[in-house]
Amino acid sequence: MKKTLLSAAIGAAVLGISSAASAATLDDVKAKGFVQCGVNTGLAGFAQPDASGAWKGFDVDYCRAVAAAIFGDADKVKYTPTTAQSRFTALQSGEVDILARNTTWTISRDTALGFNFRYVNYYDGQGFMVPKSLNVKSALELSGAAVCVQSGTTTELNLADYFRTNNLQYNPVVFEKLEEVNAAYQAGRCDVYTTDQSGLYATRLALSNPDEHVILPEIISKEPLAPAVRQGDDKWLDVVTWVGYALVQAEEFGITSANVDEMKNSTNPDIKRFLGTEADTKIGTDLGLTNEWAYNVVKGVGNYGEVFERNIGQGSPLKIARGLNALWSKGGLQFAPPVR
Amino acid sequence: MTDSTVTAPPPKRETKSLIYDPKARSIFFQVLTLVGVVVAVMWIAHNVSSNLARTNTASGYGFLNGRSGFDVGQSLIAYSSDSTYGRAILVGLLNTLLIAVTGIITATIVGFIIGIGRLSKNWLIAKLCMVYVEIFRNIPPLLVIFFWYSGVLAVLPQPRDAIQGPLSTFLSNRGLTFPYPIWGDGASVIPIAFVIAVIGAIGFAVWQKKRQMATGKQLPTGWISAAIIIGLPLLAFLAVGAPLTFDYPVEGRFNLSGGGTIRPEFVALYLALSLYTAAFIAEIIRAGIKGVGKGQTEAAAALGLQPNKTTQLVVVPQAFRIIIPPLTSQYLNLTKNSSLGVAIGFPELFSTGSTSLNQTGQAVEMISIMLAIYLTISILTSLFMNWFNAKMALVER
Ligand SMILES: N[C@@H](CCC(=O)N[C@@H](CS)C(=O)NCC(=O)O)C(=O)O
Repeated sequence: MKKTLLSAAIGAAVLGISSAASAATLDDVKAKGFVQCGVNTGLAGFAQPDASGAWKGFDVDYCRAVAAAIFGDADKVKYTPTTAQSRFTALQSGEVDILARNTTWTISRDTALGFNFRYVNYYDGQGFMVPKSLNVKSALELSGAAVCVQSGTTTELNLADYFRTNNLQYNPVVFEKLEEVNAAYQAGRCDVYTTDQSGLYATRLALSNPDEHVILPEIISKEPLAPAVRQGDDKWLDVVTWVGYALVQAEEFGITSANVDEMKNSTNPDIKRFLGTEADTKIGTDLGLTNEWAYNVVKGVGNYGEVFERNIGQGSPLKIARGLNALWSKGGLQFAPPVR
Repeated sequence: MTDSTVTAPPPKRETKSLIYDPKARSIFFQVLTLVGVVVAVMWIAHNVSSNLARTNTASGYGFLNGRSGFDVGQSLIAYSSDSTYGRAILVGLLNTLLIAVTGIITATIVGFIIGIGRLSKNWLIAKLCMVYVEIFRNIPPLLVIFFWYSGVLAVLPQPRDAIQGPLSTFLSNRGLTFPYPIWGDGASVIPIAFVIAVIGAIGFAVWQKKRQMATGKQLPTGWISAAIIIGLPLLAFLAVGAPLTFDYPVEGRFNLSGGGTIRPEFVALYLALSLYTAAFIAEIIRAGIKGVGKGQTEAAAALGLQPNKTTQLVVVPQAFRIIIPPLTSQYLNLTKNSSLGVAIGFPELFSTGSTSLNQTGQAVEMISIMLAIYLTISILTSLFMNWFNAKMALVER
């Protein structure tokens, strides 16, 4: 017994030398051959395993785009399902390389929690869902209601603030896991379900009787949902940021997964630079990737619009309108800095 | 650990190497182990601090004074989103203690009944108790909790169709709502009267015991103590003019508002943990009673004691000696299992603690606080039970 303890201690001391996690996530990812992506545990349209166990969704496609940019193969991703509570520990501890899990970019997450955000993949806001039978038309009528909410989210903080500033009473019913919140709402434990609007649409779809629930018009917060990485690794932040912008830029250029090969022959200098066909370009290699990085992204998952429509837009059961997530040129907020 | 030190070294070996000296060898390995442990602890500490620095997560406990910003469903003390994280943790701790205390009392009573029931000569009762024990002992506690929670939610009606009970109580899937007492002026004499009554009752019991020893005469101590403990506060209550009003629940648009509410999360967790732990306690009670020699019962019978007096005066006091140590660990289990309440949204310590952890990102600090609190609760429970055990053992001799 003493011997095993001793050898364990020595082993631990030796391991200690190599366990200081390196800050070069891109090199680590290339070395291990896949991106470890933190997603949610199952939110229709955003990240959910399908019948065959393959992860599908808007956030999942972003992870796939990162893998495509690095490896030229969108399938080189492994997924870690995380709850609202476990997601930050998973990223801090290095268990995941990116957190793409409808996570709101806030200042304290950016600073105190030690993360970096830059590219917002979905502009959202918090809303409320109620059963139609309650005949509620506005969130301001909700005084006295029991409200179901997931803990560890910005949602529960906004909820407290909104009811406080509007002098409304409420009864919080707080769960850690999404499926518990859903089950409690479905069982009538609470009158109101609150989360990001996108989450409300996804949740409503998962209810047994989606038509009997309405989403109230009020949006009570700003929820810029953004992929997060650990602070102190600028190169990795650059990669994940520009993969996001590449999706948006491709849509702006009208490059789709269907026409990207054809577009390679384009004479437009902007498109040539973007797809890496310009002579002696260094744009991709300066990012630590190959010059085909953006081509691979579009080839692998399509452009932002394709990803949106396929997972959460008109091509999906959620049918979410582009709204704030339309391109800047079409009145939305999706805007990519120039690739040059 | 120092298993080899028992035998003295053979005298002839002195000239040989220390390797063959069991004592030296033992010391050598102990020192090695100690060094190993110290290295391991240092390594862990170093790793923690360097990782905290790497992830840029500021350290320290100052965040406990910050505004929490989140609300909690059930609290024994005043709490709102304007309260501090420290207070949120206190709310969780009190809820944990609430579950622990109510759960331990119920589990002990139910466990006692089931344990004795298993020894019953009545075949049906004995078998029913056995089935109870086997069912609850073989299901993970989390499942029992979910079972009760979904059961409670499925069976109880929506608040609009609440079942109205006596005394303006309402039962729905939002919980049991009841008129909440509001104490007026002068009500503070009532708890004082209660304390005095308890002291008086204890004094009376001591006096009655002495009297019984001296004269052999008995008084109904139980009834008289109960009368004192209930009567005196009641008299005090009437004397200050019955300063009590009630906040009655009224039907609101969504829920009943006003009054007090026992929430279904509490009920589910309380029932699940009590009934689950009771199964283990029943087995401990049964083993304890079986552990008292048959000769004791026979001797008591020979002295002419009635069977129930035999159980009460001869068997149970001796069984206690066997029962208390394992009972302690069941109490500790119940307290620790209360952290499973997080699964059904009961805001106990682990729940408010992890929410605070998540909102602040102070993982190491929050985990250390929760560890320290659970450890303290456990140690205090153990100390109390050890004291109780020592007392029972003394009384018995
Ligand atoms: N955007 C908010 C809320 C994000 C969140 O956790 N939303 C829930 C409700 S839609 C969710 O996605 N849960 C999925 C899960 O827990 O797996 C935040 O970052 O705090």
